[in-house]
Amino acid sequence: MESIFTFSIIQSALELGCIYSLVTLALFLSFSILNIADLSTDGCFTLGCAVAAMVTMAGHPFLAFPAAMAAGVCSGFVTAFLQTKMGVPSILAGIIVNTGLYTVNIAVMDFSSNVNLFGCDTVFSLAKGVSEADWYGDWYKIAIVAAVVLIVGAIIAWFLNTRLGLSIRATGDNEYMVRASSINPVFTITVGLCVSNSLTALSGAVLAQYQKSCDINLGTGMVTIALASVIIGETIIGKGGMFKRIIGVILGSCLYRFIVAVALRLNVPAECLKLVSALIVAFAIAFPYLKGQAALYKSHRMPFAVRGDGGKDGDGVC
Amino acid sequence: MLTLKTISKTFYPGTVNEKKALDRVSLELADGDFATIVGSNGAGKSTLFNAITGSFYVDEGRIILAGEDITYRKEHIRSKEIGHLFQDPMKGSAPHMSIEENMTLAYLRAATSTHAYFSRISKKDKRMFREQLALLNMGLEDRMKQPVGLLSGGQRQALTLLMATMVTPKILLLDEHTAALDPATAKKVLDLTRSIVAERGITCLMVTHNMQQALDLGNRTLMMDGGRIVLDIQGTEREEMTVDDLLAGFRAQAGENLDNDRILLS
Repeated sequence: MESIFTFSIIQSALELGCIYSLVTLALFLSFSILNIADLSTDGCFTLGCAVAAMVTMAGHPFLAFPAAMAAGVCSGFVTAFLQTKMGVPSILAGIIVNTGLYTVNIAVMDFSSNVNLFGCDTVFSLAKGVSEADWYGDWYKIAIVAAVVLIVGAIIAWFLNTRLGLSIRATGDNEYMVRASSINPVFTITVGLCVSNSLTALSGAVLAQYQKSCDINLGTGMVTIALASVIIGETIIGKGGMFKRIIGVILGSCLYRFIVAVALRLNVPAECLKLVSALIVAFAIAFPYLKGQAALYKSHRMPFAVRGDGGKDGDGVC
Repeated sequence: MLTLKTISKTFYPGTVNEKKALDRVSLELADGDFATIVGSNGAGKSTLFNAITGSFYVDEGRIILAGEDITYRKEHIRSKEIGHLFQDPMKGSAPHMSIEENMTLAYLRAATSTHAYFSRISKKDKRMFREQLALLNMGLEDRMKQPVGLLSGGQRQALTLLMATMVTPKILLLDEHTAALDPATAKKVLDLTRSIVAERGITCLMVTHNMQQALDLGNRTLMMDGGRIVLDIQGTEREEMTVDDLLAGFRAQAGENLDNDRILLS
């Protein structure tokens, strides 16, 4: 079994885990904190990827990240606008934006369905040239993505304890409280979705430079994968402070990539992975409910069992 | 402190469900007034509160709080100066956030300017939270990192009261805030309300269905019926009033048979 965890598998699982943990953080913000299932995640991920690819191709590898994040903010704003100002139900708002983004993404990529960045300077290729050492060649990618994730995670943890961050958390936690206190839910939902979508797009941007390509179907199923990671993270870390939960979410994303890497190693066809992640999410969300049902079933069954015994005793007495 | 000038509100106007919830209500609350409100279900008590907090805009009339006309001010802006407690203890705090985070939010929203988005609390503020929690005598000061969802209804209501008054509001609205609690806890929360309101001289409106409470607490008693204030007593008139007098007064003013209300109210 040792051969399952080769060094390169661990390495790429860590790299991808860190990159995708940015989407996971985004879903953590929108799903766990704001209590909104943001279904525009798939399209927004591709949007970030496409924007970053085009900006990188134009010769600005560093500018690619803020540009992608700005695009993500716009996408998040539209989703938030539809649900707070136009009365569109939140799930539908995400689906609508997701559909619209397909065209936008194709347009961003100059009406082609994929873009290659071979030969372009990326943050990774620039960093690679810094040192020739062997260890450096093995670790620089992880170092870059881990640094990005840790910085973003720290900023989010800090942000969620500011007045605005706390207001956003309260918005997803208790609508009555929000109504009675001076929190404007329109504003907090908008800011929350803009921040979360900017992270989704940033994740796409890092991936674009990491794999030096962008494909229109790259984001498909991203929302499910990210949710799976959020749930894995919250399961292994449990409840706790904001910082702890954010670490858990990042770990969840890495763990998910390990699961995928192992599955690939065991010759599970790559096409099956989406089904596997769908099953993980369905099971993880259903598990607490099923546990409750099982307890209920048991507690209903118990009195019958006791009564059965009691009946026998009663017969004996008679 | 609070002036209501002939405010009216009709729900579902022009339909068969048309309901005149507030009918030209006028009220003048002086600074530091603590008025209790009684009235049967549907009399317009909660609607009155919702009009003040801005859940809806009134059809006519003006609402003036501390000299400022807030009639058409948005709910989240005016609520900065209004404390509002509901009957349901679950409505006043965020269950998945810790006691400390709930207090931080309540404190920051009232103490800092609306645009201080990134303000945070200091160590000194945390100490102040602890001291305030200790005053509740519920042991909450040692559970500040725990989520509020783990607290009992009485503890949550006490915490909500603390949060609403941490920065003294211009007016405190209590909508039967002890009705869902057991008698012992209700008494505790009520005593707490009394001491906080008296200590800071907060202007306060409190809805209650307990007639004795309505006469004992505060300095003024209002009675509502059919969207109107039908009785407004204070001073010696109030001191001499008994629960039976109050019910009789209600009968005289409202001109209704109170057999059912007597059961409800006494």
